[in-house]
Formats: sequence, structure tokens, C-alpha cells
Amino acid sequence: MDLSRFEQRSEHEWLSPAHGRMRVPVVIYASRELMQAMDAKVLEQATNVASLPGIVQASYAMPDAHWGYGFPIGGVAAFDPGDGVVSAGGVGFDISCGVRTLLTGLRRDDILRVQSRLADILFARIPAGVGSTGELHLSAKEMDAMLTGGARWAVERGYGSEADLARIEERGSMHGADPKAVSKQARRRQRDEMGTLGSGNHYLEVQHVAEVFDAAVAAAYGIQAGDVVVSIHCGSRGLGHQIGTEFLREMLIAAPAAGIELPDRELACAPLASPLGQRYLGAMRAAINCALANRQILTHLTRDAFRKVLPDARLPLLYDVSHNTCKEESHVVEGRKRRLFVHRKGATRAFGPGHPELPAEFREAGQPVLIGGSMGTGSYILSGLATGMERAFSSACHGAGRAMSRHEATRRWQGRAIVDELAGRGILIRSPSLRGVAEEAPLAYKDVSAVVDAADAAGLARKVARLEPLVCVKG
Amino acid sequence: MIPRWEHFRHEADIGVRGLGATREAAFEQAALALTAVLTDPERVAPRTSVRIVCSAPDDALLFCDWLNALIFEMATRHMLFARCEVRIADGHLDAIAWGESVDVDRHLPAVEIKGATFTELDVRRLPDGSWRAQCVVDV
Repeated sequence: MDLSRFEQRSEHEWLSPAHGRMRVPVVIYASRELMQAMDAKVLEQATNVASLPGIVQASYAMPDAHWGYGFPIGGVAAFDPGDGVVSAGGVGFDISCGVRTLLTGLRRDDILRVQSRLADILFARIPAGVGSTGELHLSAKEMDAMLTGGARWAVERGYGSEADLARIEERGSMHGADPKAVSKQARRRQRDEMGTLGSGNHYLEVQHVAEVFDAAVAAAYGIQAGDVVVSIHCGSRGLGHQIGTEFLREMLIAAPAAGIELPDRELACAPLASPLGQRYLGAMRAAINCALANRQILTHLTRDAFRKVLPDARLPLLYDVSHNTCKEESHVVEGRKRRLFVHRKGATRAFGPGHPELPAEFREAGQPVLIGGSMGTGSYILSGLATGMERAFSSACHGAGRAMSRHEATRRWQGRAIVDELAGRGILIRSPSLRGVAEEAPLAYKDVSAVVDAADAAGLARKVARLEPLVCVKG
Repeated sequence: MIPRWEHFRHEADIGVRGLGATREAAFEQAALALTAVLTDPERVAPRTSVRIVCSAPDDALLFCDWLNALIFEMATRHMLFARCEVRIADGHLDAIAWGESVDVDRHLPAVEIKGATFTELDVRRLPDGSWRAQCVVDV
């Protein structure tokens, strides 16, 4: 990316001033190296976002930002409820795609003794990959209950415990969901997909804590070096994809009548105060609940699989974060507290210490911010910072971001060679698709450490621990 | 011209493109490009058929609707498509798509498709008179 278009406000903060149709500036948080490597499309897309009605403060991009649809992936933008908009493109197709991490109380050596058997049982138990189906098929009434209740619905049906809910954003149940706004097609698409992992970059990993950067916060989160955790990355499955598809189209067609001039079709949006905007919020929140319920069911299946190999293992939830959302939150803008609708597209909410929405046990440490890496490189746990509130409406990065296309990855690597190479490094991969493994090759992703270092240095979130995979079930 | 399909580069996802002598042929080829995101279309047998109907105010949106209808059928019927016949008149598309159920061992499907996007969405007649239809799909 051409850095001459930016004012460098600090080592990790780059501002592109408002010009033309922009209502606010663009601010990107990244190191010089990440900025230089970043696709120029990120600035183009963030600039388009800056021109949307009712945008507040700035159009932000996180250190892992890359070319997305309308919004860059890694884009954050907040809108005023009065004259602002909600954008289906600003949330994305995989609504509430996210990561949850489970503690295990186990140490790395405990896993090494049973690693292969555990990998096989997890792979057998967790529906993963194209065409896989869940065991649960919901009636229309149950679908409505799930769309309203989210993870709470799942817990009430025996998938996990009440204690899990306190460790999920929105306490496991997104308020304001409207099942009536969810189409017949979206429901149909979800019929066989409850409790499935999906494919692409979705995974379930058994990981060990390879390095601790902040022992006090790590202790508050219940982890120390050598501990084993399980991380699950997936979203709202077919239901969310269908809602994204339908509302993107409807918002595009309705935009001219709403007086919205779209700089890019993919930025299709509707006034928050309009019936269409409200209907989308209702459907999108229902999809958030679908994602939370889905990850809750997968958690139950994971606990089941662990019990078969390690009968004494208990897997309490550390935390669950969502990446693709639009949420109504309170933020201080120019010294004034305001209610805003914050879009995070491939970005993680990162509330700092003292935030009232955090569970009491994390009030001092800040919110756990769970960052997924690639199969071979590892993942990170960060904590939200008070400074993050001022930086980008309490947001941080969400992962490594791809460094090359899927096509290029399959041209360079073969799935079997990657599985063998990782096995040699003590990482067991289980996947129904070797081509899928090749497309998700570790080197097809950017260096997650550089992204996390930049987020830490920019004051978006603080590094707490680095995780390395032992087992990866890849969809 | 000989109708054909291809993929084009997108950083995180995949672009699908159909080329043919007519708009209909370009749409048909793009359907194969969609199948090729998951598997080699040559491995898919045209055993059963599905009828797909959609309407849109312009060609670009109609193309997006066509791909999204295929994605819906792929997801809900667990199918892959090997061949299509498309008719288009006055913004209305009527098509038959032939294919079969996903067989994980034979098709080795790589990744499911979430939706067709408006990114790089374009349907146009090229200077040589042939048609091109394309967009990026989210995987």
C-alpha cells in the first residue's frame, strides 16, 4: 500500500484524512511492515465506508485487514442510531463467526499420551467439512426458540451448563433477535447444520500454552504455560450465509429510495431507523444466536469426545467471541457517552478492565480476546485494554488473514505433504479434504505474531499467551 | 467460441467466471466454475436434475441470484452440479441443473460456498461479441 496517502500519528497508527465524499477519516492500526504489505483495496474500502451516512469518529481497520466485501475484513465502523445505517455487507455472510476457547485442566504431557486417539475421536464426533450434517434437526418451533435463545437455548436442552453462559458475549443470548425476520430459505439451509463445524478456515484445535506474556492476566483467565486448551472457530452456518445473501440484495435495491448513494454495491445498507434496517437487525441478531448455539453444541460434543479418552477431564469455557457483528454499544465520543451501532467485520470486541458487560472475574483483567492463527503457526489470547475504547470502539484484530489465494496455495502445496510435515512437528491434522488442507496451508496465511504484536503496540489489546496446536480438526 | 469457465484471484476467496457465445452460455459455464470451487466438475455425474427460477432488475443481479440459487441447492440437497441449461428472457431466468449428491470419497470436496457476492460482479458482452459473467464467491 502507498503510505504517502497517510499521516503517521504514532508508530502503529496511520490516518488518511477525510476528503471528497468521506464524512470521517480512515484510521489503520498496523506496523509499517504490515502497512506496506497490506492490499491497497483496504484503504479504498475503508474510504468508501467513511462516506456512509451517520458514521461516527473514523472508519477503522485492524492490523490484519485485507480486501473484503464492501467493508475490508478487519474493518470497524460505528453509526449513530438517528441518521446512521446498518450494512449487511458490513457484517458479512458468516454472521457471528467467532472463536471460543475451553480450558481443560490438562497439561501437554497428558495429551501427548493419547494424542492420536483423541484426534480420531474428535474427528469422528465433530461433523466437519462439505456436506456434513448434525444430529439435531429442529422443528419450526424449536428453530424459533434457538434463534431467540442462542447458547442459552442449547444449555436448556442439555448442551453444556449455566456456567458457560457467563463466559459468552451477551451472556450467550443476543437480545433483540426477531425469528420472524428470518426467511424460510435461511431456516431450510440450517435444518441439517446445527452442531457442524463447516469448512474453509473453520477448525477445532487442541492447543497447548507455549508462552505466557502477562502472568497476572493469564492467571485471571486460568491458564499457565504448558496448559492445554481447546479452541473452536466457526459461525452461524447456512442460516447466517442465507440472511447475509438476502439482505445484501434487498438493501442494494432499496438504497436509492432511502436516499443512499452507494460507493460500492457491496456496501448495501439501510437506515437504522427504517423498517428494513430494523428487520435486518432482528435477523442478524437471530443469526448471532444461531452461531452461539452452534458453538455451544460443538462444545458439548467436544466434552463428550474428551470424556471417552480422558474421563476426568472437565472443559469449562474460558470465553467466546464473535467477529462479524453489528452491536448496539455505549462509547464515549468527544467526551460524550453515546449509543452507537458498531460494525465489526473480521474484528474482535475487546472491552477493557472495568467494563460492566464483562463477567465479574474478568473485570480487572479485561475481556479475553481470542485470536485464531493458521494450523501450523499457533494462536493468541489477548486481553482488552482501557485504551482500546479510545482507539477503535474497543476492537482488536481477529486472526492472521490470508497472504495468498486458495488457488495459489493449492498450486504450491499438497494436502498430504502438509499433514505429514505437521505430524513431524507433533501437530495431528484430521480433515475430510486434503485439498481443503492445502488451501489452508500455514504459509498461505500472514504471520499472526506480527498482527498480534501490532495490536499490542497500538494499544488495541495486550498479549497474554501464545498457543500452539497439538490436534487440528479441519472442516 | 468454445464456452469455458475459469477462476480468478481474490485474496481471501475465489472469483468465478463463465465465458460463452451467449449470455446463457456464460451463466452455464459460471455454474461449473462454482462446482470447481469444491471439486473437479469432471468427477460429477449428471444423475438428477433441479429446476431453478429467478428474476432480477438487471443482468448482474440476475447472475448473482443464479449463483446464490445454485449455492442454496448445493447446501440443502448436498448436491454438486455437472451441467446446466439456462434460458433468460426479460430479466427472468429459467434453468435446469443436473448433478448428483456429494460423495466425500469420490469428490473430495474442498470447501463449502457461503454466498455469491457483488465483488467484481460483472455481466457483459465483450468486443468480440462473446459474453462474460463473473463475481467473487465467499468461502
